[in-house]
Amino acid sequence: MKKVAIIDYDMGNVDSVYRAVEECGGVPRITRDAAEIKNADCVILPGVGAYKDGMSNLREYHLDEIVGERVLVKKIPFLGICLGMQLIADKGYEFGETEGLGWISGEIIKLDPGDSLSRIPHVGWNEVHYNQSPLFDDIPQGKDFYFVHSFHFQPARQHFVLATTPYCGEFVSAVNRENIFGVQFHPEKSQRIGFKVLKNFLAL
Amino acid sequence: MLKIRIMPTLLYRDFELVKGVGFDSWRGVGSAMQAIRVYNMREVDELVFLDITAMQEDRRPDFELIDDLADECFMPLTVGGGVTSLEDVKQLLAVGADKVAMNSQAVHDPELIRAVSHKFGSQCAVVSIDARKEPDGRYQVYTHSGKKPTGLDPVEVAVRAAEYGAGEILLTSIERDGTMEGYDLVLTGRVSDAVSIPVIASGGAGQYEHLYEALQTGKASALAAASIFHFTEQTPLEAKRYLREKNINVRL
Repeated sequence: MKKVAIIDYDMGNVDSVYRAVEECGGVPRITRDAAEIKNADCVILPGVGAYKDGMSNLREYHLDEIVGERVLVKKIPFLGICLGMQLIADKGYEFGETEGLGWISGEIIKLDPGDSLSRIPHVGWNEVHYNQSPLFDDIPQGKDFYFVHSFHFQPARQHFVLATTPYCGEFVSAVNRENIFGVQFHPEKSQRIGFKVLKNFLAL
Repeated sequence: MLKIRIMPTLLYRDFELVKGVGFDSWRGVGSAMQAIRVYNMREVDELVFLDITAMQEDRRPDFELIDDLADECFMPLTVGGGVTSLEDVKQLLAVGADKVAMNSQAVHDPELIRAVSHKFGSQCAVVSIDARKEPDGRYQVYTHSGKKPTGLDPVEVAVRAAEYGAGEILLTSIERDGTMEGYDLVLTGRVSDAVSIPVIASGGAGQYEHLYEALQTGKASALAAASIFHFTEQTPLEAKRYLREKNINVRL
């Protein structure tokens, strides 16, 4: 069974992710401890909250370095969820400009309704259309996942786009580079279909 | 397409779930844990859990209870009742709430909304507004579970909440609540027109047609309902099938 480090940086719903990983057959540990993170087979960075606070908490606890070493050097599987996905970009623009981890090049910008009548934040169940990836194994195209966010990931290269979702036109709802995955939706709150994504992640 | 959400509302009082009429005459409707397990199995879109006496009793939210419930809840969970500080919100999110509903405190002190949205993001800041249509036809916002009149108009409160960073409005018609006679479409429509954040209509659903009206006439983004699911044979799934036939986007 996979040991999963769920990174605790005081930003949100670690408990939901913990329960979901447990239900999916992983062995979760909510932690910010370097030794525990070193011991884990994979890492999940959850997160609900504002970009600036998220980044400063990661830095304060030296998690940028500790997790970075595991993910960038040892290349263990990494999954960022919601804010956790956004923090791996180069930059975020929520409440001013904040430098991110820069693990997948791109920027976090606000959803723009344009001419559409789309309300912001984007809250609820919406479709995910993905490119072939082990993260989406055995998941039908266009399935609904649960979203709750106002900002989205705009990758610097098309190559990093793993999935898109139709809202405010269309936005990138999952990104990937090598062992690094990020999803804007909440697999831990997307019931059976969300658990399938988590199981796929645990199987990487 | 984003789907319309149907959200069963669980009201908690004296250790059990209750449902009343017009924020009064409460009847017990069972255990919270059992309800959550059933809704889990049925894969409902989202749940709202409100501790309706916390504010009146000047209590903080029951974090232990929410922790237990959230552990079994694999769908999005909005928790409200007794939320008066940033610390309350932090703790609720930590024990498993996905969004936090603020009512009395947010109406009286919108700075709380700003603080929560800055710290945890707008997406988890739900402002819950309870409004009553007064005999003269005007709408008035009440706090403390419908006990305290505020002299404020619901549209004004909703617009201000959105300005201060609220991510959603949960809008309940006090006198419709529990009657199963239909949502207050005028109230819902006015608030939906006035803000660009999602509005969750609440109070009065008794038939599937009421849900449809709240979307079409009330322009709601989501529908909260309780009595229709507690006291009738109607279910969230059937409701969504009905709406799909009317060309509404739902998740089936």
